[in-house]
Amino acid sequence: MRDVAVIGTSLLPTTYGSTASEVELVQAVVSDALAKAGVERSQVDFWCSGSADMLVGRPFTFVSALDAIGAWPPIAESHVEMDGAFALYEAWVRLLHGDTHVAVVYCFGQSSQGDVRKVLTTQFDPYWVTPLWPDTISVAAMQAQALLDTGRYTERDFAAVAERSRNAAAGNERAQLRSSAAVDTLLQEPHIVRPLRRHACPPIGDGAGAIVLATEEGLARIGARPAAWIRGMDHRIEAHELGARVLTDSPSTRLAAQQAGLGDGPVDLAELHAPFAPQELILRDALGLPEQTRINVSGGALAANPIMVAGLARIAEAAERVMAGDSKRALAHATSGPALQQNLVCIMEGRA
Amino acid sequence: MSERCAVVGIGQTRHAQSRDDLSIPGLLREAALRALADAELTFADIDAVVIGTAPDMFEGIMMPELYLAGALGAVGKPMLRVHTAGSVGGSTAIVAAGLVEAGRFNTVLTLAFEKQSESNAMWALSPSYPFQPPVVAGAGGYFAPLVRAYMAQTGAPEHIGWQVAVKDRLNALKNPLAHLHMPDISLEAVQASPMLWEPIRYLETCPSSDGAAAMVLTNEAGARRSPRPPAWVLGTALRSEPILFPGRNQVSPQAGRDCAQALYRQAGITDPRREIDVAEIYVPFTWFEPMWLENLGLAPEGTGWKDVDNGVTAMTGELPVNPSGGVLSTNPIGASGMIRFAEAAMQVRQQAGEHQIEGARKALGHAYGGGSQFFAMWLVGADKP
Repeated sequence: MRDVAVIGTSLLPTTYGSTASEVELVQAVVSDALAKAGVERSQVDFWCSGSADMLVGRPFTFVSALDAIGAWPPIAESHVEMDGAFALYEAWVRLLHGDTHVAVVYCFGQSSQGDVRKVLTTQFDPYWVTPLWPDTISVAAMQAQALLDTGRYTERDFAAVAERSRNAAAGNERAQLRSSAAVDTLLQEPHIVRPLRRHACPPIGDGAGAIVLATEEGLARIGARPAAWIRGMDHRIEAHELGARVLTDSPSTRLAAQQAGLGDGPVDLAELHAPFAPQELILRDALGLPEQTRINVSGGALAANPIMVAGLARIAEAAERVMAGDSKRALAHATSGPALQQNLVCIMEGRA
Repeated sequence: MSERCAVVGIGQTRHAQSRDDLSIPGLLREAALRALADAELTFADIDAVVIGTAPDMFEGIMMPELYLAGALGAVGKPMLRVHTAGSVGGSTAIVAAGLVEAGRFNTVLTLAFEKQSESNAMWALSPSYPFQPPVVAGAGGYFAPLVRAYMAQTGAPEHIGWQVAVKDRLNALKNPLAHLHMPDISLEAVQASPMLWEPIRYLETCPSSDGAAAMVLTNEAGARRSPRPPAWVLGTALRSEPILFPGRNQVSPQAGRDCAQALYRQAGITDPRREIDVAEIYVPFTWFEPMWLENLGLAPEGTGWKDVDNGVTAMTGELPVNPSGGVLSTNPIGASGMIRFAEAAMQVRQQAGEHQIEGARKALGHAYGGGSQFFAMWLVGADKP
């Protein structure tokens, strides 16, 4: 397999109620990521983006985003209606062909423009489930209750994940929630949907992200620079019907991790895309991560959850730490769909 | 490229105004099961699924691939959802081919669909953007000025559009899956149909269809096991450009020209008009046939309309275009691009039945979208490159 690396990243600070257009969001992160990678637009062979029209209730939001990236002369470009992490997967596969050497991946999401709890309900089976309007938090609460029922965890464990995540974000200027009350205080909050309290749910935020990828040949063209080499990447989907799944496990994450080569060596850092606190515990168990693995030192999706960006953000956060020499081998995870339906795992290392 | 990709299974639904006999998963399964039967494979033989459809607003389902995973045998597998506007059916097939070509997977199922009867495309295509005047005219209102510009530039007479309308609808009579079957179509009927967007008349527009297309793509080992002749992917190309900027040639966009040239280079084609035996081109409004002929380098600039006039693009002509009946006869929007790609592959597999172009060895599949700004193309051949 051809070696491909992350050589530049950019994440916009996540905010609520952003008034920026897609162009403004994307332009900022693409320019920044290219500058950090030391890459000129003209050196980019392939572009791929991720976004979802339903978030803002308008078709073709990715079309106007094209204005941000200077698509002239015309560019080779593609788009997935998915989190940016899956756009990164498509770009990575494109680079494996051998005829393309530098790619830019970008994504954007403005969750605050609609009632995101309701908007995400339109992901369900439109004939049998959506008409019942199960909202995001209720579905996550079902999953959380199922986890409590196994006896593996308590509501205190959920609060501990939230407290750790938001305090970890203290030094992360791009995060939205950057501190937390103590666990005992958190447990005094009323439930939003039992057993989930506010602290176990993600903030609603708008954001954008970009990542520059290069092959070894591409890096030779640009000049040596810090790189997070992708050792493996895979993603898997589970059934959509909640009743057909074991909600307290994540077999798709486990399988994706196996395919991405998690077994080839220990990871010292993991960025897990768990918008709801109990989901981090489920993912952790599914991956069998040891105690010493640092988890979500960025704060994770509990500290900033711009939908369609939060998955790519995990890869960016992990890659930055690998590039800085702070991690030797890192795992980044992205999820899509209700209750962790679809999961992607990317493993990165510092040396080719 | 580690691997060559081949098409070994093709399936389409019976396209219609409303397939109210089927749910969305049912519609997709009709195409998928036909593609698998053609390849003599089952869902168990599929390693990954790549699906495309036009804006989620059309059916009002956000990221419908999530809910379709089970129906498409994707559980436990990678599943990607592509969306590149009208070119999506084409770019979806290209992303799927890329998974095989990069050596990631042996056999990939790719699908595209639209169930327009469950939506209102005209509404979904006429959004209001902040700080921009609303078009509120759907796709036809957007493209008609480009057609008028083409007519002004080339001096093409009005009847060229009528001819394309008649040719494609007559071709569709040979395609049992086509949505429109209009045995009484004639130049007079097209001319007498209501004017929608000057100069585009009602019978010069594509219908709203329910439909899906599916293909099984595989590597060289898979192709060797194929019970029927494979169609080899000789080249794929994607190009995009911004929708608006001063000086943009919207009639013959640079992205389309670049895309075609990149495709021909990959496929080793130096004289496309002579070397390509049949083309399935995305023609939602009649005039886009001559316009795209020129953009694709299949006719010299300003002469595409003469080829239409001289019957070059008829099934019996030198360069048959859209023997399937094209988008003008069948338009499940998200699937229309993939149907072009699939029809091209059917031609080189000698599988097109009554609308087969005899002896077709190389065929072009073309799709475009947005404001004539997203292009996806592939070239398939009967012979392994």
